[in-house]
Amino acid sequence: MSKNNKQLLQGNEAVAYGALYAGCRFFAGYPITPSTEIAEKLAAELPKHGGRFIQMEDEIASMAAIIGASIAGAKSLTATSGPGFSLKQENLGFACITETPCVIVNVQRGGPSTGLPTAASQSDIMQTRWGTHGDHPIIVVTPSTVLEQFTETVRAFNLAEKYRTPVVLLTDEIIGHTRESVTLPTELEVIDRTRPTVPPEQYKPFDTTQGDVPPMADFGTGYRFHITGLNHDISGFPSNNGQMAEREEIRMQRKLDNNYDDIVKVEEFMCDDAEVVVFAIGATARSAKDAVLAARKKGIKAGLLKPLTIWPFPDKHISNYKNKVKRMIVAELNLGQMVHEVRRMAEGAFEVDGIFRVDGEPITPSQILTALEER
Amino acid sequence: MRNEIRLSGSGGQGLITAGIILAKAAALYDDKFAVQSQSYGPEARGGASKAEVIISENEINFPKVQNPDLLVALTQEALGKYLKGVKEGGIIIIDTLLTPTPPQGNYKVYSLPIVTTAAEELGSILTTNIITLGALNALYPVVTDEALSKVVADTFKKAVEINAKALAVGKELAEKAKLM
Repeated sequence: MSKNNKQLLQGNEAVAYGALYAGCRFFAGYPITPSTEIAEKLAAELPKHGGRFIQMEDEIASMAAIIGASIAGAKSLTATSGPGFSLKQENLGFACITETPCVIVNVQRGGPSTGLPTAASQSDIMQTRWGTHGDHPIIVVTPSTVLEQFTETVRAFNLAEKYRTPVVLLTDEIIGHTRESVTLPTELEVIDRTRPTVPPEQYKPFDTTQGDVPPMADFGTGYRFHITGLNHDISGFPSNNGQMAEREEIRMQRKLDNNYDDIVKVEEFMCDDAEVVVFAIGATARSAKDAVLAARKKGIKAGLLKPLTIWPFPDKHISNYKNKVKRMIVAELNLGQMVHEVRRMAEGAFEVDGIFRVDGEPITPSQILTALEER
Repeated sequence: MRNEIRLSGSGGQGLITAGIILAKAAALYDDKFAVQSQSYGPEARGGASKAEVIISENEINFPKVQNPDLLVALTQEALGKYLKGVKEGGIIIIDTLLTPTPPQGNYKVYSLPIVTTAAEELGSILTTNIITLGALNALYPVVTDEALSKVVADTFKKAVEINAKALAVGKELAEKAKLM
């Protein structure tokens, strides 16, 4: 490390340091390219911080383990890539309905199935939203630099704790494996879940009289409560009451919908006077930034909309461009996923085009510049 | 100015480590922006491997090398695979033994006996990557010699001397080649 605390850090390592900063003290996982460095770093670091690292027998068990650890009070993390993320879906749904805070990292690689293990991709965008069955709220954050791998991991934990929900950190092979010079911040806010103030005998785990996010007790501290994947009443025990199930599902969705401004983070670059805006996340946002800078030099009024939260989708932000831009170009390393969401919000007010790529290589700045130069 | 460097060879020659050292020298001691990345196949050893380094005074967005100012190719296979995109007039360093056929085209090609020198003069082919760095920075001074020496010493705390010597020997090989 140099005199001004600058370091050359790999994207995956930055996730591990971000987790430690946020107070993560439990990791369970199963190694998979291109995410393995996160597990390697935490295997070395967690014991030094009084934490636990477990390599489980597979990804399904890893997801179960972090849910259990979180219910016992520990901030918990698992990290994987597409094939492993598919396996985690069942237990991810369990985390959703039991409102268990946890963070799941998906370092995307080419797919489907085992696909292109060492190549870049952004093709799990819809899977992070709808991979597990049933209507369920979920938060997905999307860093695009090594520094953001750190800061967004901290934010992912904060959101998980604040809203009692699983949060997915969706990144990609390029950011995960790139080393970049960074100075890690030392004064970020860290949020812990709200714990009950009532005595154990009065505790109801899903009592929402104080607000949409019920306080959560740590298992093993005298607070006895029931946890189930079935719809449940405020005591946590299963219930077949349809009206209650509906009320609870609406509440869980409302937890996020009512807090859009707190959850949805978007970076707008040179968008003030832009006539055409590129919409991109992760590694592709970096290409887009270079393309926007090059387009500006050529006199094209271009801008970049870079969401750092992709779910809930940045609907309001896109709506704001209805009377401002002529065109939005969605660049993504898949065959077209976010583009449909952007088109839904554009409602015909501006044109929406896509740039897609699935050969394992990044979308280049010149590919995006060419699209910006059309018309 | 954006300097793009591609280091290629076969897996196990230490070129990814060399790339990380170069990026650290630029970022930590020369106060520049640096980005390092690599591409590799599913195999752990052998095959063609490459590390890429971008060094700039300005923020680096696109993190991949497209038109290298300098290419290192320590095997013939790597040269064939990674020559694409090298700038007109760009510098190419090849190994005399393992890259016997130099590339055709408008490049400044330096054929240096890197692997042979590592084995015979330094007594270990493990020094291949550091000899390469010494030569590279002499032919294309992209970081200061002080920064490079510091990072090499930091990286190999148990083998400081031999790696310092490797850097110097690499520089000498390049200086000799420049005169020819």
